[in-house]
Amino acid sequence: MSSGKGGELIPSSSELDLDRPNIEDYLPSGSSIHEPLGKLRLCDLLDISPTLTEAAGAIVDDSFTRCFKSNPPEPWNWNVYLFPLWCCGVVIRYLILFPVRVIVLTVGWIIFLSCFIPVHLLLKGHDKLQKNMERALVELICSFFVASWTGVINYHGPRPSMRPKQVFVANHTSMIDFIILEQMSSFAVIMQKHPGWVGLLQSTILESVGCIWFNRTEAKDRETVTKKLREHSQGVDNNPLLIFPEGTCVNNQYSVMFKKGAFELGCTICPIAIKYNKIFVDAFWNSRKQSFTMHLLQLMTSWAVVCDVWYLEPQNLRPDETPIEFAERVRDIISVRAGLKKVPWDGYLKYSRPSPKHRERKQQSFAESVLRRLEEN
Amino acid sequence: MGNTSSMLTQYDIEEVQQHCNNAFSQQEIVSLYERFCQLDRNGGGFVSGEEFLSVPEFAVNPLSQRLLRMLDGLNFKEFVAFLSAFSPRATVQQKIEFIFKVYDSDGNGKVIFNDMLDVLHDLTGQFISEQQREQVLTKVLEEAGYNKESLLVMSDFVKILGSSGLKMEVEVPVD
Repeated sequence: MSSGKGGELIPSSSELDLDRPNIEDYLPSGSSIHEPLGKLRLCDLLDISPTLTEAAGAIVDDSFTRCFKSNPPEPWNWNVYLFPLWCCGVVIRYLILFPVRVIVLTVGWIIFLSCFIPVHLLLKGHDKLQKNMERALVELICSFFVASWTGVINYHGPRPSMRPKQVFVANHTSMIDFIILEQMSSFAVIMQKHPGWVGLLQSTILESVGCIWFNRTEAKDRETVTKKLREHSQGVDNNPLLIFPEGTCVNNQYSVMFKKGAFELGCTICPIAIKYNKIFVDAFWNSRKQSFTMHLLQLMTSWAVVCDVWYLEPQNLRPDETPIEFAERVRDIISVRAGLKKVPWDGYLKYSRPSPKHRERKQQSFAESVLRRLEEN
Repeated sequence: MGNTSSMLTQYDIEEVQQHCNNAFSQQEIVSLYERFCQLDRNGGGFVSGEEFLSVPEFAVNPLSQRLLRMLDGLNFKEFVAFLSAFSPRATVQQKIEFIFKVYDSDGNGKVIFNDMLDVLHDLTGQFISEQQREQVLTKVLEEAGYNKESLLVMSDFVKILGSSGLKMEVEVPVD
């Protein structure tokens, strides 16, 4: 079966199913199950209204689609006084701010490349020095990126100390999440391999901070990635891992289920919550609607990117907890801090259909109630 | 009504409201339009089966394929008319008519034994054997005064379902 970004289908492998806690606990069920009272009559079999109601409810509104809805700031240019002001704003943003930002970014890249390339090539023998310099340079270019959107970032909480066996997790809104966190302290991130110029950056510069790539569309990929994650987290000199357990970008108002991979590494989990201020710009990267380049351009022509970053208290797996429960507990901590509503969906449902298991569960419970009532004769 | 414009005029709203027999308020129609545009990702003016199935809550529903046959290719006006059976303002008669249409897949106004068997199959999947399904259905049909060869029409459905307090309502979120 083919796979791709155009919403084409991949059969969801049974491995993915193991990640998910019981969705039936969250979905409006019980209405599909007829009350097990009394004899089975024709009207009980013909009355499909509960199932139809669920279907219509999903058509009218559903919690999954809500997670990926862009929320652009409210337009305020709607009357005679404000409209000229808004026009001035557009002129300033596009004709003054944008060129300045492009210049800033270009200068940043020139500085970065002219330092990075020599360091990368000449310091090949001196591993520790090379690593430290490359880390510092990546932090530098990230700061330039942030400056190019006039990023105003408020960091709260104690700055992470670099210790071994520590993994950082954060909610995911856009690829700029990584840039915002990287400018403060050097992380190794695990990312989907992208095509184009982003992919080029990934394979050259980000390699130096120790990034790991995965490919959503490859079924066997999960095992290799888990292995790489484990190796990296055990390594003493590696940058701490930054993982986005949602697995996809969500619109910063909801959080989807966390994948348990990060929570089974036997490391301390340090949650980070990121919340963007919607008034200035909608930082959600809707990958179904725009390319990353367009997204960056949109940020560079906005007034500012304002966000809050909270470094939260490190958590460990409790003795009576499964990794999935641990993941949910951490998701709860992050969602509460960042004001996100939790939904019980796997982010990968953006790219594939839900497993037939869920439908079968409904069918099974209905079938059982029919048979049970038939017995009651 | 333009299919690419995302602005509904007052005239459009009234036309849709009339078409669905005032099942929804004007605010609800505006909300439904936003939802329709959200589902219709390629902007073709109708929501394709694929686009409906991209809503996981809909895809896991046992009757989704049946409903897709009824939903495929509907424009916004027809979409609202489709959903009108789920409005709190719809009468029990309208709700039963909708259920009848789900059963009557060939649209000839008659529901036969096999139609009911098919729906029961959708609802129970592999968890009841075909033989058992036939047995159960035959039994309850006979108890209700019908048999395997009966052709059920709308009035039969009203008789069977009309007294059981049908609850089939969906709330349209209005911002």
